[in-house]
Amino acid sequence: MNIYLNDIPVEINPDTYLHALRDEKKSGADILIINGFPQTKDQRLQEDDRVVMIRRGEQPTPDELEALMMARHTPGVHEKIKQARVGIAGIGGLGSNVAIALTRVGIGQLDIADFDVVEPSNLNRQQYFIDQIGMPKVEALSDILKRINPAVKVNGHNKKVTPENLTAIFGTVDILVEAFDAAAEKAMLTNHFLQLYPNKYLVAASGVAGYEPSNSIRTRKISKYFYLCGDGVTAAAPGYGLMAPRVGIAAHHQANTVLRLLLNEPLD
Amino acid sequence: MQLIINGEAKQVTEELTVTKLLAQLMLSPEQVVVELNHNILPVDKHSATELTSGDSIEIVHFVGGG
Repeated sequence: MNIYLNDIPVEINPDTYLHALRDEKKSGADILIINGFPQTKDQRLQEDDRVVMIRRGEQPTPDELEALMMARHTPGVHEKIKQARVGIAGIGGLGSNVAIALTRVGIGQLDIADFDVVEPSNLNRQQYFIDQIGMPKVEALSDILKRINPAVKVNGHNKKVTPENLTAIFGTVDILVEAFDAAAEKAMLTNHFLQLYPNKYLVAASGVAGYEPSNSIRTRKISKYFYLCGDGVTAAAPGYGLMAPRVGIAAHHQANTVLRLLLNEPLD
Repeated sequence: MQLIINGEAKQVTEELTVTKLLAQLMLSPEQVVVELNHNILPVDKHSATELTSGDSIEIVHFVGGG
């Protein structure tokens, strides 16, 4: 009969017991989970059981991680995502969230650019940790992404993005995510990127501040290669701060737009 | 003449450059991205580009925050 062991289909004898399988497949595993529930007692396995065996503290090898990602995604999806190279301009509230979402789905390669260091005021919405205060964001985010999925190749660019270095930093990406904070920087990047690369996608964001309704955040197709996420109007201003939930919603609109573009899903 | 601005037909009386249109709409030129007839219009061409009847112009005005 068939079961799934650590997400991979395997064929086993119908009379197989949990502990015997552990001793055969992963001796020393101290955490055994069947169909989502941790188990301590030995028991006979059933057809289609999903069995997870973990040795506490042990990390999956790159090959095991790859197999897990493949098993989690619809066939064909993982290969497409793995081929992709995505740039993220600015890794504050928007960019750090986009980077984590794309890393969790197993994107092939990320180019992240920012010249900031982690400051205490960032922690209300950006995915950094208190022990990373003072670190360059590029370094701090690279460390976080490595802990999530070391198979993702991360190229860090610890510098300010300008029209002059745009090609050197993002010339080889398939899709660029605009995730800056200042309006003029957003416009600068969008203008230059779309002009330099008329056949590459740009996914920008505008209008993410405050705690306005979640559903006012939208993804709009401005033109064939230009997508814009956000409510379009709510600027960050005194009394209208940037907060984790809404910035996160907009960031995940951006990440999902990237994913849909990579998978050739229609967007309007 | 008639222009299509962000998908809506608008009548304008005078000859207009993109820079003048942005000023009329009270949009800050350094915060906008302009697409004229579905092509990005470089910022340094805004002041010299005269709009003609039937032009379709898409203006994205970025606001801060991220």
